[in-house]
Amino acid sequence: MTTIIKPARSRRTGTSRPAWEEEPGIAAKAGKGLLLFLVVLAVLGPLYTIVLTSISSQGTITQAGGLVLIPGEISFDAYRQILNGGVVTRAVLVSVGVTAVGTLLSMVVSILCAYGLSRPGSFAHTPLLFTLLITMFFSAGMIPSYLLVSGLGLINSYWSLILPSAVSVFNIIILRGFFMGIDRGILDSARIDGASEWRILAQIVLPMSKAVTAVIALFYGVGYWNAFFNAVLYINDSAKNPLQVVLRSYVLQGVSVPGQIDVGQGVAPSLALQMAVIVIAMVPILIVYPFVQKHFTKGVMIGAVKG
Amino acid sequence: MTTTDFTRRGQQAPANTNDDGAGSPAPLPVRRKQGLRARFRRDRSLVLMALPAVVLLVVFAYVPLLGNVVAFQSYSPFIGIPASPWVGLENFARVFGDPNFWNAVRNTLVITGFQLVFFFPVPIALALLLNSLLRPAMRATIQAIVYLPHFFSWVLVVSVFQQLLGGAGLLSQMLRANGWNGMDIMTNPDTFLFLITSQAVWKDAGWGIIVFLAALAAIDPEQYEAAAVDGANRWRRMWHVTLPGLRSVIVLLLILRLGDALTVGFEQMILQRDAVGAEAAEVLDTFVYYTGIQNGDWSYAAAAGLIKGVISLGLILAANKVAHLFGENGVYSKS
Repeated sequence: MTTIIKPARSRRTGTSRPAWEEEPGIAAKAGKGLLLFLVVLAVLGPLYTIVLTSISSQGTITQAGGLVLIPGEISFDAYRQILNGGVVTRAVLVSVGVTAVGTLLSMVVSILCAYGLSRPGSFAHTPLLFTLLITMFFSAGMIPSYLLVSGLGLINSYWSLILPSAVSVFNIIILRGFFMGIDRGILDSARIDGASEWRILAQIVLPMSKAVTAVIALFYGVGYWNAFFNAVLYINDSAKNPLQVVLRSYVLQGVSVPGQIDVGQGVAPSLALQMAVIVIAMVPILIVYPFVQKHFTKGVMIGAVKG
Repeated sequence: MTTTDFTRRGQQAPANTNDDGAGSPAPLPVRRKQGLRARFRRDRSLVLMALPAVVLLVVFAYVPLLGNVVAFQSYSPFIGIPASPWVGLENFARVFGDPNFWNAVRNTLVITGFQLVFFFPVPIALALLLNSLLRPAMRATIQAIVYLPHFFSWVLVVSVFQQLLGGAGLLSQMLRANGWNGMDIMTNPDTFLFLITSQAVWKDAGWGIIVFLAALAAIDPEQYEAAAVDGANRWRRMWHVTLPGLRSVIVLLLILRLGDALTVGFEQMILQRDAVGAEAAEVLDTFVYYTGIQNGDWSYAAAAGLIKGVISLGLILAANKVAHLFGENGVYSKS
């Protein structure tokens, strides 16, 4: 398989400069360094101050006049309060549940479909594939989609956050491209030995596809975790709101964060509470991301090659 | 790349060389022409595997297409589609006569155009910058950092910007500390284009470099060497080697973006439309949402949505056609 995705190697493979390339001047080097520093700062700077503010005490926040840039007194009151069984806690549970169930369903359905369509010439291969691909060219529109979901009785059901977005054709195409690259000889010999397609998928194909499976699972998981508009559209019962909707109401719409119960250490400042909600929305991504991101180039390269 | 893979496999297993790729997974590759029934019996587990996803797509992508009939009705949710009266093209006439609709069209196109100029080149520049880094570890680290914001939700990105640029945000905080007045960029219609474009850059420009890095990696290093030997300096090499190497990816992405011209980050817009006001921030999708779901004018909103859908479909097909004319694969290649 690696042969297919090999060209990810650049012309710079070693740490040394090729002999024909001139050494850049000191000004050019400094300029490039500064530019890179600014890019990294633009990404990480905001995250730094938000995390820091979420764990700062009222005194430190008042002194800073808002977001905290220089660490002062540290306090975890904000997290204690919002994770103490209030609206945010419930929203976190809703989001975790939807993300877990949704990702599992999406992965099962997508892997099966990608493998089922990985052999051109099999029965009904072309019509099934086209049924998938054509959907990339149109979208039915918001109103008809709403009418469908409401017609199915899914308004206010968690399934309305899962089923309409359960299948991503793009993800299936990436998986399928990878499965098609697996050496046919291995699969054929398993077949001659009498293994069923299910068994081949589970015991040969999947173990060979860990990287691409991890990337696709991340894509689906992030999609469910971040989904916001489906909930605005399909969920009217505020007790069922996922975290993103709650985040919007507290941070963007200025609804004050409830559940400010005194837990013994005093009440956390409201800015810290808001920042803590932002951090909680960010944390699952920050946890999973490092493990999966190294596979991106591979996973996306296949998508680029195929599409 | 796939070609090399096929030839290699062909060399390893010469028996397979006359396989046209039409696949014969059964242990008896001799019997090429099998009856439909036999092929079904052979492949039924494959078909069964593909079905759940296909069914979900039929239900949630194809069936709603039928719902567009409400655009030709005076639909009321209380009496349902079958009983709602038909009104022909009345809704479309209303849409075309509605200045708010045209405002949404104008905003959508202005935002697309603006982002084409101020967003589109950013990933290319970033990719060139990263590609010029010598140390692989350094490259990998910076890549990991700039990809990250792509995985944050729009709610989160807008929240972050609110904390930085809002009336009570970091920028105002610093201005006030130095004796100036604070300013609220988040609610100012005049700077809205810059605001949403910088949000888009922050979130997605890093992720956008991935395709360009792949294209850069595919450039044959000998071309650089040959150019250098011929006396081309670093800028001439970029102009004559690097940019031609990126040309096809740039053309393809540009065409695809134009095919998607009527869609601008929907969640991003809906999150900020109220703060900035409909005058500057109403786009086609938010127009459909507010008239249909919020005001209950279902048929009218469906008509506006259908207009957008049909024009978008036309644009995407046209974009693909143009991509093929340029010798590119388009949205996908049948393989």
